[in-house]
Amino acid sequence: MAKRKFGISFVQVVNHTRCKMKKALSVVLFVVLLLSMSGIANAQTELSLWYHGAGNETERSILLGIIDDFNMAQSEYTVVLEEFPQESYNSSIVAAALAGDLPDIIDVDGPVMPGWAWSGYMQPLNLSEGALDDFLPGAIGEWHGEVYSVGLWDAAVSIYARRSVLEAHDIRIPTLDDPWSGDEFDAILEQLQASGDYEYALDLGMAWTGEWYPYAFSPFLQSFGGDMIDRSTYLTAEGVLNGEAGVAFGEWWQSLFERGLAPGTSQDGADRETGFIDGKYALQWNGNWAGINTLAAVGDDLLFLPAPDFGSGSTIGAASWQFGISSSSMNAEGANAFIEHAIQDEYLAAFSDGIGLIPATAGAAALSEHYSEGGALEVYFGLSEAQALVRPVTPGYATVALVFEKALADIANGADVQDTLDAAVDEIDQDIEDNMGYGFGDM
Amino acid sequence: MRSLSFENQQRLLIGLRYALLILIAMIFIFPIVFMVVSSLKPDMQLLRDSGSLRAFLPVGDISLDNYADAFERVPMLQFFFNSVFTTVVSVAAALWLNSMAAFSFAFLQWRGKALVLSLIIATFIVPFEVIAIPLLMVVNSLPWLGPGGIEIGWLNSYHVQIIPFIADSLGIFLFYQYFRDLPDELVEAARIDGASIWQIYTRIIMPIAGPILATVAILKFLGMWNAYIWPLMTIRSEELRPIMVGLQYFFQLNTAWGEIMAYLSVVTIPVLLFYLALQRAFIESIATSGIKG
Amino acid sequence: MTTAAEARQKAPLWVRWLLPKDAPLYQRNDAVIGWLMAAPALIILTVFLVIPFFMAFFWSFTNQRLISPNPTEWVGLRNFGRLLNVQVFNLEPERDAAGHIVYEEGAIQYPRLRTFTRNNPDYPHLDGLREFTSWQSGENRTVILVGDVVFLRALINTLIFAAVIAPLQGGLALVLALLLNQALPFINVFRSVYFAPVVVSMVVVSLLWRFIYDGHNGLLNTILGILSFGNFQPVDWLGNPYTAMPALIAMSAWQAVGFHMVIWLAGLQTIPASLYEAAGLDGAGAWQKFRYVTWPGLRNTAVLVLIVITIQAMGLFVQVDVMTRGGPLDATQSVVFQAVQRGYDKQDIAEGSAISVVLFIIVFIIAMVQRYITREKE
Repeated sequence: MAKRKFGISFVQVVNHTRCKMKKALSVVLFVVLLLSMSGIANAQTELSLWYHGAGNETERSILLGIIDDFNMAQSEYTVVLEEFPQESYNSSIVAAALAGDLPDIIDVDGPVMPGWAWSGYMQPLNLSEGALDDFLPGAIGEWHGEVYSVGLWDAAVSIYARRSVLEAHDIRIPTLDDPWSGDEFDAILEQLQASGDYEYALDLGMAWTGEWYPYAFSPFLQSFGGDMIDRSTYLTAEGVLNGEAGVAFGEWWQSLFERGLAPGTSQDGADRETGFIDGKYALQWNGNWAGINTLAAVGDDLLFLPAPDFGSGSTIGAASWQFGISSSSMNAEGANAFIEHAIQDEYLAAFSDGIGLIPATAGAAALSEHYSEGGALEVYFGLSEAQALVRPVTPGYATVALVFEKALADIANGADVQDTLDAAVDEIDQDIEDNMGYGFGDM
Repeated sequence: MRSLSFENQQRLLIGLRYALLILIAMIFIFPIVFMVVSSLKPDMQLLRDSGSLRAFLPVGDISLDNYADAFERVPMLQFFFNSVFTTVVSVAAALWLNSMAAFSFAFLQWRGKALVLSLIIATFIVPFEVIAIPLLMVVNSLPWLGPGGIEIGWLNSYHVQIIPFIADSLGIFLFYQYFRDLPDELVEAARIDGASIWQIYTRIIMPIAGPILATVAILKFLGMWNAYIWPLMTIRSEELRPIMVGLQYFFQLNTAWGEIMAYLSVVTIPVLLFYLALQRAFIESIATSGIKG
Repeated sequence: MTTAAEARQKAPLWVRWLLPKDAPLYQRNDAVIGWLMAAPALIILTVFLVIPFFMAFFWSFTNQRLISPNPTEWVGLRNFGRLLNVQVFNLEPERDAAGHIVYEEGAIQYPRLRTFTRNNPDYPHLDGLREFTSWQSGENRTVILVGDVVFLRALINTLIFAAVIAPLQGGLALVLALLLNQALPFINVFRSVYFAPVVVSMVVVSLLWRFIYDGHNGLLNTILGILSFGNFQPVDWLGNPYTAMPALIAMSAWQAVGFHMVIWLAGLQTIPASLYEAAGLDGAGAWQKFRYVTWPGLRNTAVLVLIVITIQAMGLFVQVDVMTRGGPLDATQSVVFQAVQRGYDKQDIAEGSAISVVLFIIVFIIAMVQRYITREKE
């Protein structure tokens, strides 16, 4: 019996473990049973919500706060959050739609919404009367006369400048009512460039490929009197994008790079982020989201100036991320209830404080840190209210945006303006024709 | 002047050879050094340094903050586990299925073999990007035995990240090329000794396939570890996402370059280790096999 | 005794189906096992590669959209017609009222092409076409007009990319492999270092190299500046249409050369040392050893490396997507980038599929030609 020296045999150990495992298993089973029973007792309906902000802790915690409040406030629905990284959010949604696997509540970028609505991925919102009365126009997503989406914030673009620099060069500080005219702006760029103090007079953000181009640069075209598409019919871009105004814009655009006033398409992303702060660039065309960081680096000297007026008024792009409801949702009522819950001023203000975007209502702006009276970014609320123009409201926007981006990049790199814009028009028109007019008129 | 002795000449040659090797090594390693060094710097400094040789030097405000922040932003351990799991399973399955198919092509006679082989090589031509959408539709209509019985649709799972990529034509092709170069006597002798085909595959061919196993394993490992587009299309839950998708978490309104560099460093190290581990096996197997000639 | 052919005749149908023609019946076991062993891989390839490809093939003859409520319609060869429409047009000089050619600063003046290609009812076949290239022929200009300039550029760029990178990368990889095929101390360290870029994902590599190629303060310009004692004028590598493609080629070769080096190394190891010894005894020098021992021994490896690089090069995508998005001025457009951009971003999956089909056919032809040229001569 030498083997019994250690008190218990191997077999006993095994048996003992088995016993333990059995016990553990029964405990687990019991818990599972309890959990499933509690589920039955509550009979809560789950609402899935997909959001584009994966990786942003601040956004996540604010959104989870809103969701928790909603889940606590009523017993019928539980909202469950699923986060996706922004860069690829649209692909994820399109893939889900193709697979017939959309959530109840989707987060959608403003200009993309008409495409999804037209394709039947989304259903109109059904909020209570007047719920959106105070909202900035850019935060409301409309398609064919119905509201499909609403945003908790909007974004805006302005010219970043240093007061000291403008004063040193004797340059007038423009206002919302009296912006720089096109000629004035051009002369200022020449003057700043000629001073030799800067690598470039103006940083347009050419490093930010993609949606930035149509969002940030189409307002210049509109101010010249052109547009990306004829908004009266949404059936062609002929004469609007490649008309006289379009060509005039294109020539000016090309000259910015020919004269070396702005860095071109190969601008380094790093320079985009640090160039203005480091003093490489005199002026910068940038969104309000960069405002807080730049303010921290530059201080009170920083100015946010309105877009120049090239003859047809100043405009800036509008519409950011918004909430909508998928057409496949069986719980539209709950989804609407959640969205209505989420668009309260306090949440709008919380998001604004957290990520620096413009709260979608005046009431929320007053509550917010940066956009209330005397707030550092207050000027943006005015900009958004006065100048915001949504990007073309058509399902064809996905193509329009890409064609426009390529045309602007090509022109910046020296392509013939008229030919490039003609080609862009052809491509946009072809796409509209291929899609039988995207639901506008008969084609 | 005295001419160099033979021994010194040899030494000089070896010295020159090493100098050349080191020079080339620097060309290959500098972006990776840049990545690792940058991961230790705050964003502003990183971007400023990127234009000078300071980019390669851990100078200035050095810290591990970026790593801490990156870990906070991305559920890295979960992603890491997911990637390891999908990668290991895929590599193992790929080695088995592809080598088995290649063995069949190289040593067995069956009708249609030549045609099938050329079709396989033809499929190698199709870049993944161009079939991603139809592939999505295919996997979405396939059945799977889940806990609740047979379910339709493979989305949001581990197997949708693994099974479509197990067999690959390049892998089969590489194995086939290697097997074809092996002497026929090897198989014939075994047959005469009465070995079954399965035994020949497992006991004779596979043990000497070390180099090509290592090559295919590395290739498959890289493909799976760096998977990016496909998981974005098919995975909804954070619990199932692989590690490269995490890269997207850093491209926010203000891109967190320092954290990206930290994340990339963490992502890249396991792959280097995997390669180093296999490289040894790969060299040893060549040294010990000595099968040719 | 029955002959093999007679035995074959009597065998059940499935056996005859599995066996190669004229194969003796006793090989039936081989044939069954052969099929079984290949089956798992073949099934997976069929379901996850061949079927999706045929779906794309089918879509290329329709107007299928990624997302659209419109019904899918059969459009025949329309998508291919748009891609491959090429016309030759003779542009006549501008003439004044008297019929004389108009000169300006000594150059013949021509009417703008858009007067012919845009809404001109006299030239319906030119509607919407764009100039691809043109040259002088007498007093006229001959213009090549194409329906899809971007696709044609993408195709030519991709072919150039493949034609340059196949010998460049394959050759460099062989040089490195020969350098490293030695029993020197630390040689493994070098092998690993040279291989290191391969393990870094192309997305990451492209991100890193954007810093390196930057036109103002990129690392490459800085290093070249130091090496030339400041005499080097900074180049905007990715922003200049003439340097963008070479820059992409250099980076791609840098990233992948280690992988092919390993394949060459594996090939080198299969050459028996006894052959070198024998060559040495015959008084062969280093070059002769390479020419008559190494190179013939690497024949299969060479075919493999060449085909793999070419096919991968034809799939050029990530570098373009991350670094240049096809610019500047289409200098770096690639076929797959166009397929993806149209299929996903512009949601025209039919056109994207058509591009994929064209790519497949071209690569298939290239691969066949390569196999024919490098075939083992009897």
